[in-house]
Amino acid sequence: MNARLLPYVLILPVTLFLCLFFLYPFVLVSKQAFSTGAGFTLDNFREVTGYWKFPITMRNTLLLAAAVVPIQLALALLMATMVNRMKKGRDLVLYVWTIPLGISDLAAGIIWLAIFEQSGFLNSMMNGLGIVDKPVNLLTFQNPGIVFLAIMLAEIWRATAIMLVILVAGIGLIPKEYYEAAEVFGASPWKRFLRITLPLLRPSLQTALVLRVILAFEIFAVVAALGGTLFPVLMGETYAYQFDLLNSGAAAALALIILAISIAFTLIILRVLRVPKGATI
Amino acid sequence: MAQIEIKNVAKRFGTYQALHDINLTIQDQEFMVLLGASGCGKTTLLRIIAGLETATTGEVWIGGRRVDDLAPKDRGIAMVFQNYAVFPHLTVFENIGFGLRMQKLPNDEVKDRVERTAELMHIEQLLKRYSGELSGGQRQRVAVARALAMEPDVILMDEPLSNLDALLRMEMRAELKGVLAASNTTAIYVTHDQVEAMSMADRISVMHQGEIVQAASPIEVYRNPAAEFVAGFIGNPPMNFLPAAPAGDGKWSVAGQVVDGPSSGKPLKFAIRPEDMRPADTGLTATAKVVEPLGAHLLITCEVQGSMFRAVLDSDMSVKPGDQLTLAPQPDRMRWFDPDTTLAVA
Ligand SMILES: Nc1ncnc2c1ncn2[C@@H]1O[C@H](COP(=O)(O)OP(=O)(O)OP(=O)(O)O)[C@@H](O)[C@H]1O
Ligand SMILES: [Mg+2]
Repeated sequence: MNARLLPYVLILPVTLFLCLFFLYPFVLVSKQAFSTGAGFTLDNFREVTGYWKFPITMRNTLLLAAAVVPIQLALALLMATMVNRMKKGRDLVLYVWTIPLGISDLAAGIIWLAIFEQSGFLNSMMNGLGIVDKPVNLLTFQNPGIVFLAIMLAEIWRATAIMLVILVAGIGLIPKEYYEAAEVFGASPWKRFLRITLPLLRPSLQTALVLRVILAFEIFAVVAALGGTLFPVLMGETYAYQFDLLNSGAAAALALIILAISIAFTLIILRVLRVPKGATI
Repeated sequence: MAQIEIKNVAKRFGTYQALHDINLTIQDQEFMVLLGASGCGKTTLLRIIAGLETATTGEVWIGGRRVDDLAPKDRGIAMVFQNYAVFPHLTVFENIGFGLRMQKLPNDEVKDRVERTAELMHIEQLLKRYSGELSGGQRQRVAVARALAMEPDVILMDEPLSNLDALLRMEMRAELKGVLAASNTTAIYVTHDQVEAMSMADRISVMHQGEIVQAASPIEVYRNPAAEFVAGFIGNPPMNFLPAAPAGDGKWSVAGQVVDGPSSGKPLKFAIRPEDMRPADTGLTATAKVVEPLGAHLLITCEVQGSMFRAVLDSDMSVKPGDQLTLAPQPDRMRWFDPDTTLAVA
């Protein structure tokens, strides 16, 4: 086999697979989004963006991402650094911390619902401690803050581990000689983290953030379980267009809007965390 | 003032004893070279002094302070790492200035010192590059510059010139020595290149299997090796050894020849440097096997009573393989070793 052709031949099956099950549906969705039966039109986009709920869902989605992702990043960095310092029991701790990864987002939402709902753990605890005299319904439209907080907590609990595993792998790739050199030349542990770990972790940070941000814009099941209609997000609206209003053109348009936002953020992240040529490990 | 004292330092990695009871004092402003074969524990000792490794037992004192519990940055040292450890994400400039930035020196002083040391190491034209864009030798010089820029009391260098070509190495050797002498720095310099050791050191510590066998001036190490290992390690070609049997009254029989030696009753090893042999009428009878002209000299590998023996003779001698030679050892250059302890016998 020609050595120059071989790589292309080897990636052919995957490429075909992706074309068949990703590119083709994508083209179909785009077609749906840009047509209402006859020819090219932006009507679907006008419809979804003109709807009164659109700014709210957009704001909610972005707000949630802005609140959750930085906390997850900080937590994941902290946890990854701690795991990396461990000599014994490292793998065990890592397994325990990544358990939420194995749970579907809907199940995660339901777990946190079991904590926050009127007959939930939190209420029984507060009741038992005498903080409240009868169980209260926390997740109502009167308590938008608590709803938001519950969704945040569920998301942080559920999806920090995905960043953690990427960052643990990335930190493991940084040779320890750089830390030793930094130590000899006067860098405190905090400075070593800032000046060595963070910059050398940029490729992993890119991957972790891109993945996490995309997932944050796709949030759906956790919100549905905890907030229902109290906290509408973009993906929930897409679902509603498709299955409640049976307007697949509008659903397709909204899906493309979410895709565009994801791509925009991906590009920003890649740009901000880029590594100059020649500056890789 | 930075005298370094290493007291009874031993290091064990699991069951492997990397260093055995090291005792060494390096005077203030001395240039000490650690010389030894690969794996003898040079890097380990350096890392213990730097504080990157903790000794299993023993103490390290720098400038009259016990430093075993101090962090590396509080020991007043700078280090050149064997594998360079040049930060890949920083430019050469920021690499050299790293320690100065950590000390929060003002920008113009950082710039000044970085440029000065870069010039010294001939890398001033590389300041804007990243380490991925440098050759091994250039990276190594960045590592040296980074340590020099700190102007430390003590500089620890782990084979800092190993990756340079012969010419540049010779030049750097001289510059480094000059800079360190002018800056009153105490230096510990690891190498396994004996020419480098000889030419730079105030004193050489010869290490062997985790022990310091001899610590003395280069000429002393060369002329009066304290142990057989040193005699066989230093010098190119190294010393010759022949078995010697006592012939009474301080006389020794070496390869059928009687020479004067120490007064000892048991068999010893006779040792002599190849260049300390002279063609003569009486002496050791040698059969030439290989003759290598080295320009100024002839290196002759021969056989003396079944043992391999090398002699360096003047190149105007005409010697062919198979020739019989009679070689006389210079009396004041003969050395003797105890075969049991391997130590020198006076
Ligand atoms: N972290 C470690 N764990 C186990 N053994 C080690 C460790 N570091 C060094 N050693 C062992 O200790 C011995 C001395 O190592 P060291 O690196 O000090 O050698 P060296 O004299 O610097 O050799 P070289 O000239 O090849 O650099 C070696 O046998 C090495 O295998
Ligand atoms: Mg070494």
